[in-house]
Amino acid sequence: MTYAGRRAVDGATFTVAVAGVTAVLGPNGAGKTTTLETCEGFRPAQSGTVRVLGLDPRRDAAALHAQVGVMLQDGGIPSGSRGVEFIEHLSRLYADPLPIGPLAERLGLTSLPRTSYRRMSGGEQQRVKLACALVGRPRLVFLDEPTAGMDPHIRVVVWDLITQLRADGVTVVLSTHLMDEAESLADQVVILHRGRVVADGTPQALTTDGDGERLHFGGPAHLDLGGLLTALPADCTAAEPVPGSYRITGDIGPQVLATVTAWCAQHGVLIRDLRVDRRSLQDVFLELTAESAHPESPSDAETTT
Amino acid sequence: MSTQPLSHRPAPGSASVPRMLRAQSLLEVRLLLRNGEQVLLTLIIPVVLLVALSSVGIVDLGNGPRIDVVAPGVLALAVMSTAFTGQAIATAYDRRYGVLKLLGATPLPRWGLVFSRTIAVLLVEVVQVVLLVAVALLLGWSPQGSPLAAGLLLLAGTAAFSGLGLALAGVLRAEATLAVANGIYLLLLLGGGVVIPLDQLPSGLASVVAWLPSAALGEGLRDVLLAGLGLPWAALGVLIAWAALAVAVASRTFRWE
Repeated sequence: MTYAGRRAVDGATFTVAVAGVTAVLGPNGAGKTTTLETCEGFRPAQSGTVRVLGLDPRRDAAALHAQVGVMLQDGGIPSGSRGVEFIEHLSRLYADPLPIGPLAERLGLTSLPRTSYRRMSGGEQQRVKLACALVGRPRLVFLDEPTAGMDPHIRVVVWDLITQLRADGVTVVLSTHLMDEAESLADQVVILHRGRVVADGTPQALTTDGDGERLHFGGPAHLDLGGLLTALPADCTAAEPVPGSYRITGDIGPQVLATVTAWCAQHGVLIRDLRVDRRSLQDVFLELTAESAHPESPSDAETTT
Repeated sequence: MSTQPLSHRPAPGSASVPRMLRAQSLLEVRLLLRNGEQVLLTLIIPVVLLVALSSVGIVDLGNGPRIDVVAPGVLALAVMSTAFTGQAIATAYDRRYGVLKLLGATPLPRWGLVFSRTIAVLLVEVVQVVLLVAVALLLGWSPQGSPLAAGLLLLAGTAAFSGLGLALAGVLRAEATLAVANGIYLLLLLGGGVVIPLDQLPSGLASVVAWLPSAALGEGLRDVLLAGLGLPWAALGVLIAWAALAVAVASRTFRWE
């Protein structure tokens, strides 16, 4: 399946793999919801082409809507509907829907049989909305901030469910503000900024671009880094950003780790806090969308000079 | 209870159109009748008016037994409350809460949603008519004319008022729709020729009001059920013209989100 969305103000072009989880990230106003809604057929693409499951979301709406599940960011459920009533209702619009009982049980919705939607907690409302997106056994689901307002326990349940969707062959496109959600769930991360795709790749690829892996360790201050460097491969660098806290960058493999610990042992240095990590997705995200803290866009700034 | 693990293996496909329409219509009826304000508007107010106006001489209704004059007007009011006010408010709030939008992403076609709403309105009207006719008969009503002619007028009135309700809800915010739909309901109730016959209104006002769908429905039903006349073609024509106009406006201006 491919879709390439291109919008009038900006361009957003990306392709999503079948039976994978794609997370669309971006600051508020970056165009996440607009991008999803263009794919869902709610908005026309003013220029460019959008293809979802090979279909035009506007022209082939009927064929598409039979195969797609949608969870809106805001609302979608009648405020007077009770418990799982609306999930059950939507199930009657599909040929081979999921059984309501097990679905409600999976999402912990069995304890609210007669509560009206407007009286449910935020987390319960989110779960009802999620169930509505899944009940028609879709090939593809669009989830706009699926875990917003959920407590950590329920969030884990939903993450498990999304992982299971992928395993069962459902393609998931979700938007989120939660970096850990994107990092742990997504096969592909698309970062939007002002309606443009500023990054597109696996979480692994996005976080290993740049300096790659880093080895951190703590010990006594002012070690002889020159001596350590001679023991390490040539492409490594060593630094002591804070006294007593050391960072080795380069191609960090098991051999580098062994060299560092051996060197410390030879010099009678007791290592504390040894860890190897990468740039986190959050680091990448903040870097790519950094100027969003400024209210004016670059083009506005140019016209004022 | 433990069940075997739920599989989400895709099995997409739409239900048959009749099945979708039936499900949507029944949901609409359930939600309409569950809403307290809607029940007040569609059932309680008409019954109270039927009882009050037929027994107490608050308003001069002209000659004949009061219940014979009141009953056709209250039937007209029932149609107006469900097809126009109730439908406009429900539709406006469904748009506000994204319900129309989400349904637009399901296999239910948009015409199917409008169709189901109309069926729901008609089903609620059946409940209203059965209840109101029963109460009116208990109060001594002796209806004249052909039930078929009365039924045709009720249908044409439903079409006109549904169209107007959707035209209103399609452009105004939910709060504005609530205020305007209730305001128009009250105005038409008092001076729209619904319950109070046109000949009891000031003649200048009556000549204008006669062209409104409220008066066409109210007077038409009184022509049949009170005076025992045949099908009032003029009233039917006015209602159909309003229906055509309203549907034309609504189909151009309606916003789904």
